Amino acid sequence: MNILIVLIPVSICLGAAGLIACLWTLRSGQYEDLEGDAARILLEDDMCVEGEEG
Amino acid sequence: MTVAACPGCIALAPSVDTARKGVPDTEAAVYLALPQIRCAACIAGVEGVLAKLPSVKAARVNLSAKRVRLVLAPGCDASTALQALNDAGFDAHELDATALRPANDDAGRRLLARAAVAGFAMMNVMAISVAVWSGAGDVTRVMFHWVSAVIALPALAFSAVPFFASAWGALRAGRVNMDVPIALAILLAAATSLYETFAARGAHTWFDAALSLTFFLLVGRYLEHRARATARSAAAELTALELPRATRLTATGRETVDVAVLMPDDRIALAAGARAPVDGIAETAAMVDRSALTGEADPVALAAGGLVCAGEVILGAPLTLRATHRAEDSTLRRLAALVEVAETGKHRYSGIADRAARLYAPVVHGLAAVAFAVWWALTGDLHHAIAVATATLIITCPCALALAIPAVTAAMTGRLFRAGVLLKSPTALERLADIDTVVFDKTGTLTEGVAVLPALDPGAASVALSLAQASHHPASRALAASLAGQAPAELRDVVEVAGKGVTALWNGEPVGLVRGEDGPELHLPDRCIPLPLTETPRPGTAALIAALRAGGWQVAMVTGDTSARAAALAAKLGIDQIHAGVLPYEKVDLVRGMTEQGRRVLMVGDGLNDTAALAAAHASLAPGSALDAARVASDGVILGGTLGTVAQTLSLARRARSRIKQNLALAAAYNCVAIPVAVMGFATPLMAAAVMSSSSILVVLNALRR
Repeated sequence: MNILIVLIPVSICLGAAGLIACLWTLRSGQYEDLEGDAARILLEDDMCVEGEEG
Repeated sequence: MTVAACPGCIALAPSVDTARKGVPDTEAAVYLALPQIRCAACIAGVEGVLAKLPSVKAARVNLSAKRVRLVLAPGCDASTALQALNDAGFDAHELDATALRPANDDAGRRLLARAAVAGFAMMNVMAISVAVWSGAGDVTRVMFHWVSAVIALPALAFSAVPFFASAWGALRAGRVNMDVPIALAILLAAATSLYETFAARGAHTWFDAALSLTFFLLVGRYLEHRARATARSAAAELTALELPRATRLTATGRETVDVAVLMPDDRIALAAGARAPVDGIAETAAMVDRSALTGEADPVALAAGGLVCAGEVILGAPLTLRATHRAEDSTLRRLAALVEVAETGKHRYSGIADRAARLYAPVVHGLAAVAFAVWWALTGDLHHAIAVATATLIITCPCALALAIPAVTAAMTGRLFRAGVLLKSPTALERLADIDTVVFDKTGTLTEGVAVLPALDPGAASVALSLAQASHHPASRALAASLAGQAPAELRDVVEVAGKGVTALWNGEPVGLVRGEDGPELHLPDRCIPLPLTETPRPGTAALIAALRAGGWQVAMVTGDTSARAAALAAKLGIDQIHAGVLPYEKVDLVRGMTEQGRRVLMVGDGLNDTAALAAAHASLAPGSALDAARVASDGVILGGTLGTVAQTLSLARRARSRIKQNLALAAAYNCVAIPVAVMGFATPLMAAAVMSSSSILVVLNALRR
């Protein structure tokens, strides 16, 4: 069971990395236009985007 | 790959390049509202149109907020951008940037950060707890408890602050609120768990329960905050929408200018029903509606020279205002007041959440206290009695209850916003669910007026234009639009009587634009010219009426127009209850009368003559084209040109109410099972974790399902 002495800090560090990443996304305003970001993935950089009629 | 087209971008030409550069925050930005954008093609279209304009340096669409942020080249204004967007088929309106500024959401971000920390700690402690639950041995178990304590205590100290602060504030004021049992449960759970860890007796610790409690409650708090922020930003958006232009009187005539350039001593023409853009002095006696600033519904009479504050609505006669302050000095106060009115909502209505909370706190405290007393009396074991009371407090804590209402409200308000309906009042959704009768105003709401003018000689035309410009009635607006280009005549003593028309003196003789038998009539000193108006129903109106009737709502139409014209329109739209020839104050009586019969009325109206009825109805909506006064009085505003969303709003509100009830029932059912177990002393941390997590998740899923 001595492996726990390594594993528990490792798991906490991994979790903390996730937490820090989450706080960073929060600060950099990545939740301000969720719908827009979801739609923008459909746009291609240089191509014309045309709505289908009807 | 196909990109689904939406009604907002059918008229769209293929775009070339989308300005996908971020817009730097430091430069002055202009915001345009785009109520009809809905899909990826709209984003590309709008940004493509704007990228081609030399006056626009950068543009970025925000689809969630349905607006675009522009950085303009120095010395340019947004008019070319607006024109280009309108030409491309996008409905665009300029927003007042100063009114949007407070939308910056620090409180929400802090709540999210606290929830993130609580969630992180909860997951780690839970992972460790799994080992304990599955039967870790003596030393390992004690070590796991220590590790949990090291993670949980700092996390709780940071995350649970909102509950401690609110509970402490309530206790200091001698009250008990929802947060008192919550704070007590968290504190007791942390304290007893710490004691168990130190004593190392191997008994239960509740660190994971305290953390998951905090986490789920914070999520509920955040959703609630989001719903309220949506209501607040709706109010801000409305303010921002209505501001930017004013009609300034100059030596040569009238010109439309940006409100921001108005200087003290400028003279500003205000039609009846318009809102004062800046603080100023009334040049003639007037009636003003201060409800936006004070909440008082009764209009206030002003003598000539009286002070008018920005945001007050002019009633009765058109008014010339001499500005005393610039717009930016007047705006702040008006905005703060508007937000406050939107936040206080309708006081007479207390939502389901309040009623549930009032019931809840005493029950939980009572149960925990009784459990503690009985166990202590029966066994004489103080330690065990405290453990049972703690378990009771934790298990009954309102995780699911705290999520039940905000999760539904947030989901439904978001869905309504995407459909183009902005709700200003937080309780509006619940009140809309009660509605059984929908009353529509006719002119301007169900119909759009188009003037078909007879040939007028220049004198008559100029008088007609001046009279029409003095009023915001849809018929006047249609007339003024079709007479644009004529030189307006010099009029004095212009008076608008709601429901009747506009009268004035022209060269010392009375003239008027008044309601006649068949539409408006122009009264000149020597003759009377009928000005026929053809009214076309707004698009989608007949379908809306059919949908409302199919859904079981009664539909009524109320109008000041003659009964023959009203009946013709009603027959076309399929409305059977018609109240024609109704004067403005009778509209209120009509709504009150229906309310007294036990009907819950939704009033939909847009004009000066509807404001009182809008305020008196159980719930009210105004189209986006409505007068300021009507938009202030109503609970919500329908953006976009159609009324089709009214039926959708009502059925969504009903669905929201039934979801709230389902959620409350779910939460109550969980408690019914859990409370006896906890009070009898059988509750374990494992059970607490399972009950709390599963009930909370179930409630959120129920709120989010279609």
